[in-house]
Formats: sequence, structure tokens, C-alpha cells
Amino acid sequence: MDLLHNLGIGFGVAFTFQNLLYGFFGCLLGTLIGVLPGIGPVATIAMLLPSTYALDATPALIMLAGIYYGAQYGGSTTAILINVPGESSSVVTAIDGYQMARQGRAGAALATAALGSFFAGCVGTIVIAAFAPPLTELAFKFGPAEYFSLMVLGLIGAVVLASGSLLKAISMIILGLLLAQINTDVISGTARYSFDIPQLTDGIGFVVIAMGVFGFGEIISNLGQPAEHREVFTKEVKGLWPTMRDFHEAWPSVLRGTALGSILGVLPGGGALLSSFASYTVEKKLVRNPRVPFGKGAIQGVAGPESANNAGAQTSFIPMLTLGIPPNAVMALMVGAMTIKGIQPGPQVMTSNPQLFWGLIASMWVGNAMLVVLNLPLIGMWIKLLTVPYRFLFPAITLFCCIGVYSLSNSTFDVYLTAIFALVGYVFYKLSVEPAPLLLGFILGPMMEENLRRALLLSRGDWSTFVTRPLSSGLLIAAVLLIVIVTLPAIRKKREVAFSED
Amino acid sequence: MKIKSERDFWSGLMFIAVGVGFAIGATNYSMGPACPPNDPCAANLWARMSQLSAHPGAGYFPLGLAILLAILGSFVLFKSLTIESEGGDPVGSFAWRPLIIIVAAITIFGLMLEPLGMALTVPVLIIITSLAGDEFRWKGVLISAFVLTIFSWLIFIYGLKLTIPLWPRFLG
Repeated sequence: MDLLHNLGIGFGVAFTFQNLLYGFFGCLLGTLIGVLPGIGPVATIAMLLPSTYALDATPALIMLAGIYYGAQYGGSTTAILINVPGESSSVVTAIDGYQMARQGRAGAALATAALGSFFAGCVGTIVIAAFAPPLTELAFKFGPAEYFSLMVLGLIGAVVLASGSLLKAISMIILGLLLAQINTDVISGTARYSFDIPQLTDGIGFVVIAMGVFGFGEIISNLGQPAEHREVFTKEVKGLWPTMRDFHEAWPSVLRGTALGSILGVLPGGGALLSSFASYTVEKKLVRNPRVPFGKGAIQGVAGPESANNAGAQTSFIPMLTLGIPPNAVMALMVGAMTIKGIQPGPQVMTSNPQLFWGLIASMWVGNAMLVVLNLPLIGMWIKLLTVPYRFLFPAITLFCCIGVYSLSNSTFDVYLTAIFALVGYVFYKLSVEPAPLLLGFILGPMMEENLRRALLLSRGDWSTFVTRPLSSGLLIAAVLLIVIVTLPAIRKKREVAFSED
Repeated sequence: MKIKSERDFWSGLMFIAVGVGFAIGATNYSMGPACPPNDPCAANLWARMSQLSAHPGAGYFPLGLAILLAILGSFVLFKSLTIESEGGDPVGSFAWRPLIIIVAAITIFGLMLEPLGMALTVPVLIIITSLAGDEFRWKGVLISAFVLTIFSWLIFIYGLKLTIPLWPRFLG
């Protein structure tokens, strides 16, 4: 069978000593940074990108993927133990997980989160392996017009499903697309918006934007808030293994969370965040009489969302790997990392780099297994990290970001540019405009422009090509429908409620 | 006129300003080839548009996007002046101290790194950044500066073999 054969190739790649090592490093670093409160996965990946500069494409991506789910896991740990979600997708985990910790059941909560995530990760990996090839084949049938429309749908989907104001999010996409126009025009060779600065003619690096806006923006806004008192349940973490009753209560939630996460992860804008919120809502609806009520330490409220966010994190690789279209900011960074390594993301990756493609997929499973090992027995070490005061953390983070930006192309100009984007990132934060759509637009910008150009060239400048070609028009109609649906008053209210649940 | 949502008001203004800025910039670049003589595009705007769309110049897409951004920005602005929001949605005060210190620290890092090397730049960066926090204790800051300098050398120069100058240029 093809699937098994392909997975065979993948495991062959993933199980080489070198790749296992990098996968392990990735998971370790990801957990390490993910455990530190106030740094999300986007900032984590941006910050750790330089550690992969010296590597080949395959180990580099395996390591980055490891960093991603490591950060995911680490985020849940802080959510449960100190009620500070390391990243937004573990916000709901904090609700019941922290209550469990306060009742002395931190161990059970952590184990449930880890085992649920592991199960979800296994399922997610199989889903990717099964669905990636057919999707890739479909993608090969796409012409430039279809591709352009698909990217429009992807971008719209990404903001429709995310939280916050729709209008502002779409504006941020356009802003991202505009920033991507700072480069040298491919056709005419004209340098655009470079202000005669030679470094700008190659365009702004995505690391500069990600680091400035996500990394430094977060640091400055964290520092701007009054220091909060953190209560760490260090002594209570014993008896890691959940009881039989816990298992009995948690497994249906794990199954539901996994299924939900696997589906939502594939959607543009989906991934971990949406999955965990949706799962919590579903659990609250479906579990009629929980032994412990939701919000007071119900194990279902940990098991469901944690499985869902991990499944979602895995399956969000599908659109990135098969179509080259990142469904969320983390995947946008992965696309950027692939481009740095000289690989153009898209359907051709599977055929031209099968080693990389299947190796990455297999390494996801390996990475998930490593994380269980890293997280459960070593939990004591992570707890120690939680007690490191922020005043030691943020200078170190600043340092790593600075070195990372500089080493991108050994250019101090990039460092200055990052300083500017740090300021911009803080302004975004103050104006509560989400920076993620900007990054998506920025990464997709060059691809969109190229496909738009090619489509228009083929149609001799006739824009109607996008609506007269059936596949393309279908995709655009879907995009319009998405906007219409979310602006309907009834849905709008629901959407606001879904994202403000706490 | 009263601002109903302060954050949206400024966001809208920001989008408009950036859009207008990029649009003005775009006028420096070619929109596309000139209309050939005796072509329908000379008389017909629609035909001219198609002709440009098929062979867009460097300024074509930025101009389109910039106009789109300015339009969206004005919607945001309009909304902020008409639709009531909870408590006026104030922007709140800026955290000037961390903002200025962090931005300055990054810039100083950029200025110092190449001429003076990592061995001097890292401690300076750590000390300056630490000033952004609520607490500043020399002992802790100096220890962490020392540890992080060694650590950075170990990871980035020795381990990852990145080409980052370690010592000041005048010494080497």
C-alpha cells in the first residue's frame, strides 16, 4: 500500500540518528521556551530559527516542527500549574487545569494533557499521511487563477475563524501584502519602496517582522503590565498517574477532541487555537453531569481541548505541505523557513523532496512520543523553570532575538529594522489589531502577486477570468460566503462569545 | 463628532496613512506599458485597464493594494465614529519606559556588534534591557550578563558556527 510505503520512507528518514537528535533538540527547546510564560509559539519559532540556519532542509524542518509542538506542550504546563497560558491555545486548558492543580491534582491534569495530546498527535500524523497525497494531486490541477483564488480564500478563512475585528484583520492582511511589495519588481527589475537603501531591494525578511512584532512586541507589552503574583504549585505535583476513574472520564473527551481538532486544523485560520476553544464548548455541551463541574476542575475540560489543540496543530501542516498555503502564523513561519532553505513550498514538494516530506510527517509522530517522555518524568525540571523571575527572562529573550536577526544574513541593518518593527508591534498591541494576518499576508504576498500576474497575462488582462473559471469562481464564492456568514448578526454574536469564554 | 472607539479610530487613521503613503510612492513607478497608437485602449478606459492588467508595471499592484488599504481604513475610521463600543475602547497609556529601552537596546546592539564584538555587546545589551523591568539589582544583572555572554559564545559561535564577531575589531 502506498501509505505504508510512504510512511516507510518517512520513518527511514526520521529514525536516522541525526534527525532523531534534531527532533529531540527541537522538542526540548520548544518545551523550554513554551514553559516560560508570555512567549507564544510564533515568537518561540522566530527566536529559535537561527539555531537551524546551519542545518539541511530536512533536519531544520524536523527541528522547527519539534519546537512547535514542544511550545504547544509547554504552554499547557504553565496553564495548568500557574494559570498563565503559555500561548493562546491553552487558554481554555487553564480554566479546569488550574483548578485541578489547586485541588492537588496537578499530576493527573498534566498526565491527561500529555497522554491526550500524544494520542491526538498519533491520529493527526496518520490523517496527514492519508490526506496529503490526494490534496497534492488536486493542487496540480490548479492554474494560476485557481491558485490566486485559493489564496484569497485561505487568507479570508484565516481571519474569519480567528478572533477580533474582521475589518481590521482584513486591513492587516492588505498591510502585510503591501509590506511584501517592498522589493525588486520581478518583471521590470525596478526597486520598489527601497528609499535607495540597498538592503531593502531584497525585501524585508519575514524573521525581522516576526521577531519585531511578535517577539519584542510581546516583551514590551508584558513589561507594560503590572507584575502579577504567580502562585506555583510545585509541591503538589506528585502522583502523576491519573486514577482509573480519571481515565474512564477522560477518554471519550480525548476522542472527541482529536476528531474535532483534526478537522478544524485543516481549515484556514484553524489550527490549535480554534480547535481548543471549539472542543471546550463541545465538552461543556455533551458531558451532561460531570462529577466535577466545568470551571471547577473537570478532567474533561483538560482532556478535550488539549487533544484538540494538538490534533489541530498537526493537521494544520496539511495545507502548508500540500498547497504551500499557511493556515496560521506558525505555518507562515514554516513556509518562510522552507524558502530560506531554497524549497518553494507547494504541491511539488512531495514529489521533488519525498524524503523531506515524509520524513517530516514521520518525525511528527516521533516528536510526540519524545514529548511524552520529556514532559511526564521531567516535569520537576520544568516546574523549576517556572520559578525563574521574568526580570531574568526578558533580557535573555531580547538577546537571542537580536543575535537571531543579525545572523539571518549577518546584517546590522536587519537589527535596526527589527527595532522599528518592535515599535510597530507595540502600536498594534495598543490598538488591538492582530498581527497574525499581517504575517500571513506578508508571506503569501509574492506568491499571490506571481499567480495574479500569470492569470492576468493568460486572460489578456481580463479580470473576469477569476469568476468565469468554475473552480476559481467556486473558491471566491466560498470566500465571499465566509464573510457574509460571519457578518450575520446571529453568528457574529456567537463568534464573540466563543472567543471571550473564560 | 465624538470618537466612539478610540482604538479603532487610530487603527483606521493608521491604515489610511499607510495606504496613502504607499499610493503616493507607487506613482514613482511605471503602471505598465504606454498605450500603443491606434489601439482601442487610447479611447476606452476599460480596454486600457485590461491592457495594463496583462502587463502590469512595478507600480500597478502596490497602487491597487494601497488604495484598498486606505478604503478599508476609512471603513474602520467610519465605524469608530458611529458604532458605540464598551467604555469608548480607550488606547490607554503607553508603556514608554520599556518601549524606549527595548527599542534603544536593539539599536545599540546593532551599532556595537560589528565594531566591538559579542564579548562586549552582550553584557551591554543585558544591562540596558534589564533597566526596562520593575526591579533592577546590579548583582543579578551582572551575573546574568556574564552567564549569557558565555552561553551565547558557546551556542552561537562555538556550537552553531555562526559568523559573529567575538572580540572588538581593534584587537583582532
